[in-house]
Amino acid sequence: MFKAFYTVVKRDLLLAMRNRSDILTTLFFFIIAISLFPLGIGPELDTLREIAPGVFWVAALLASMLALERLFAIDFADGTLEQLLLTPQPAILLVLAKVLAHWLITGVPLVLLSPLLGLQYDLSSEAIQALMLTLLLGTPSLSLIGAIGAALTLGLRGGGVLVSLLVLPLYVPVLIFGAGAVEATVSGLGGAGHLFMLGAILLLSLVMAPLATAAALRVSAE
Amino acid sequence: MSPRTFNWFKYSSPTTFYPLAGKLVPWFSTLAVILIFIALYIGFYVAPTDYKQGEGYRIIFVHVPASWMSMFIYLVMAFWAILGVIFNTRVSGMMVQALAPTGAMFTFLALWTGAFWGKPMWGTWWVWDARLTSELILFFLYIGYIALHSSIDDKRRADRATAILILVGVVNIPIIYYSVEWWNTLHQGASISVKSGSSMASTMLIAILIMTLGFWAYSIAVALARVRSVILERERDTHWVSELAEIKR
Repeated sequence: MFKAFYTVVKRDLLLAMRNRSDILTTLFFFIIAISLFPLGIGPELDTLREIAPGVFWVAALLASMLALERLFAIDFADGTLEQLLLTPQPAILLVLAKVLAHWLITGVPLVLLSPLLGLQYDLSSEAIQALMLTLLLGTPSLSLIGAIGAALTLGLRGGGVLVSLLVLPLYVPVLIFGAGAVEATVSGLGGAGHLFMLGAILLLSLVMAPLATAAALRVSAE
Repeated sequence: MSPRTFNWFKYSSPTTFYPLAGKLVPWFSTLAVILIFIALYIGFYVAPTDYKQGEGYRIIFVHVPASWMSMFIYLVMAFWAILGVIFNTRVSGMMVQALAPTGAMFTFLALWTGAFWGKPMWGTWWVWDARLTSELILFFLYIGYIALHSSIDDKRRADRATAILILVGVVNIPIIYYSVEWWNTLHQGASISVKSGSSMASTMLIAILIMTLGFWAYSIAVALARVRSVILERERDTHWVSELAEIKR
């Protein structure tokens, strides 16, 4: 069972490595979206420091949503997905493997890149630390919840826009607690409460989301 | 099955459910009109003026029942979705489809009347308060359901796909309901609770409850009327539909 899990993760990572432009597109979208805000709002560092947590989180949300489309779509188009669902291994495990690979490709680069962009917003080092920690805890939840939407809209016309309509409302708690944790840390209140909530959301989505995604894939792939 | 037990599945087929729904619609519509009229009368003429909020508080008679209905209809949709998943009955999915626009309407009504109430009381149309935000998310969930359902051409598949979406979204309902207790924000706490009773004048409470029942009857009437259209639309190629008196005419 774990061999199957490992194989799927390895396969998805290998495919992503062979076609690097996909990873880079998400990453550059994140960078560009974040760089747009100072241009629109103005370069005052005090304002920027204040809005930074929200801006980073919204950008991460949108970047991870944009990347959802490639989670199942390619496998669905060439029939791999059906073969995966036909294997004796539980579909939940395969979903988890695919989501993990997806997070490693699209989520982790955002986490690693955020300190650099944080410097552009003149964030203090503890704010950057908090930001990285929240992104590290929050982006896996985004991938897990987003997988449900990606599976539901598989093969539909206008799937990309539909995904945003389905998934963004479900992302809201992650956004609130993610940005809230950074703000609480900066203001000296301590972000522990928010971080615990983020962890709770991650655990809940880790248990529930693969179930829903597997069920949705069964509906979509028949 | 022994003849004495009632067959719950009798009305799970569109053929039997269609005439039943047709018979029930006028009853519930009449009930809805009467109840809403009574509630409005009590609300406008009988209920006392609030000593703090003045006359403006009277919007409560629409706002609170509409908010309750917005959450309750979502739960009913989830109930039908679960039934549809478990028993694979066709009417379940149609009921969900028929309820969704009404639920979205009540959610919008709750937000709209809330804005009207918020302007004189809080001095603003909208605040990013926990309860308002979660109600807004509920509205998005309804819209998401309608969008997903209409973009899948095979309606049976649409029913199953949206059932998953609805069950995922159910998480939001307790968050809305308890948001005023969990987060101490601008929206006031509940004035009515099962445990400690109500903290308002009894005429106001009665008006709200009657209005809720009226909205309830209205939702049932509208959902049943809409489900009849849904049934006709989906079953238009079947024999029994072409045999119906209103189709032959």
